[in-house]
Amino acid sequence: MGFFVLNVLALIAAVVVDSFATTWLGTWLPAGFTGRWYGSAWTEFQLDNVLMVTVEVVFAVVAISLLLGIPAAYAMARRTFRFKRVVLLLFVLPLLVPPMTYGIPLATVLYSLHLAGTINGVILANLVPAVPFVILVMTPYIEQIDPKLEAAARVFGAGTFRLFLHVLVPLLAPGILAAGLLVLVRTIGMFELTFLTAGPDSQTLVVALYYTVFAAGVRSAQSIDAMAVIYMVATLIWLLIALRFVNPTQLVTRVRQ
Amino acid sequence: MSTSSRPAIKLPDRTLLLLVPGIVIVLTLFLYPFLFGFILSFLSHQGPNLGNYTKFFSTPFLSETIWTTLWISLPATLINIGFALPVAFVTRRHRFQRALTAILVIPITLGTVLIAEGLLTYLGPQGWLNRLLLMLHISTSPVHLTHNYWGVFLSLVVSGFPFAYLLLLSYLTGIDPALPQAAATLGASPWRRFIHIYLPLLIPGLAIAFCLSFVQAFSVFPSAVLLGAPAGPTRVISIAAYQAAFEDYDYPMASAIAMVMAGVQLLVVALALTSRNLFYRGPTTGGKG
Repeated sequence: MGFFVLNVLALIAAVVVDSFATTWLGTWLPAGFTGRWYGSAWTEFQLDNVLMVTVEVVFAVVAISLLLGIPAAYAMARRTFRFKRVVLLLFVLPLLVPPMTYGIPLATVLYSLHLAGTINGVILANLVPAVPFVILVMTPYIEQIDPKLEAAARVFGAGTFRLFLHVLVPLLAPGILAAGLLVLVRTIGMFELTFLTAGPDSQTLVVALYYTVFAAGVRSAQSIDAMAVIYMVATLIWLLIALRFVNPTQLVTRVRQ
Repeated sequence: MSTSSRPAIKLPDRTLLLLVPGIVIVLTLFLYPFLFGFILSFLSHQGPNLGNYTKFFSTPFLSETIWTTLWISLPATLINIGFALPVAFVTRRHRFQRALTAILVIPITLGTVLIAEGLLTYLGPQGWLNRLLLMLHISTSPVHLTHNYWGVFLSLVVSGFPFAYLLLLSYLTGIDPALPQAAATLGASPWRRFIHIYLPLLIPGLAIAFCLSFVQAFSVFPSAVLLGAPAGPTRVISIAAYQAAFEDYDYPMASAIAMVMAGVQLLVVALALTSRNLFYRGPTTGGKG
């Protein structure tokens, strides 16, 4: 166990050290340290553009999936209906099937609609796992809320919209935060779907990183690693925030049995 | 779940309308493309037939990707589960458990691309690992761990082990501690408690963890390209599908490969779940109610 953690930390450290190295050939540590690779990575890989796209995609996906997912989770938590099992299966499937399998047909459809290669296409593709994920994460949170609170609000004349806004959303804040952060972290890291649907102007950070490593040899290893560090920092910040609110097992236990 | 007690005729429940946007998203962006791909996979240049599938299975360059992928993903999954089970068992009540899980989440969230890049630097001929092995005289020449089978395998362990660990941990902590305690008061040793109490209750969780880990490992793509030898030993099925779609622009063929991929996955998952039933029938979380 310690061996595993040590190796993971070492591989992260190797990337970080290399990103600051002047030259690093055949020694334990680089000959000298410099920050200039970050500057060159920034201009070389047009990171300002990539970061803008990443932020746009990630926040659009988080906002839309919360907006669509929470109401659906409410219905799943509060109602029993005839085809509930079918609907549940429908929401579980996109999380069980690996993105590569449905990503290729999805990309084909998006290309025929001229949506692939655009930011909108990337957002649409990323919604496929995000919306069901929000639904499955939020359903237990909503089940925990006492239905009497809603009944009371109804008695005083609150409509469904006001019920959501003034009763459910404040009570659900921790759950919404958790679901939102998890979707955020997962969307930053989502490689396959973005890779299959993105065009040159709609790459997110992880896809841009893939292309630079793929075309390695042309670029210096240090500037690739500098980009990897930028990606790592972008993810880890959110992960650390998320871990304050979420039990880590929630990141993987996508399907509650 | 059961709806049999509800009256057959009633006013439509407006709350259920809240489900509609979510269902529409899944139907249009998941189910429709999937079915579209399924139908597309039967279309070749001469009209609807099985051409793409016969081509796939008669061309070794394509059909061998199934075995290549299984040859990487099955051992990686078994190792991940095999190591994650004892580790999760030992650390389930450990006081550093929360810190440990936090560290283990890092490889999952960093994603496969970063792990691949990190392993390239770390395991490369000039990397720290090879330096250490040479310095300690464990080996006399650098061990080749990148751009071959082992690179991809190790990347699957790095990303898959934490996944399996966290999954099994959540199943283990779901087992009612009163059960092993009862066994202990009756004189069962820790080993016998593990074999006769924990393991049977954990089999369903193990099966699920195996399936989820396997599905992830089977669809390995970025690390097989970056860290492996994508032209040969690690030409996994995702690479074949990707090349058909975006290098040959043969979408029907790509869809056919995607369908084969889904089929093989479902087959392995079905096998795992059937073998689960041979051991135990009951609730997955076990012991809680």
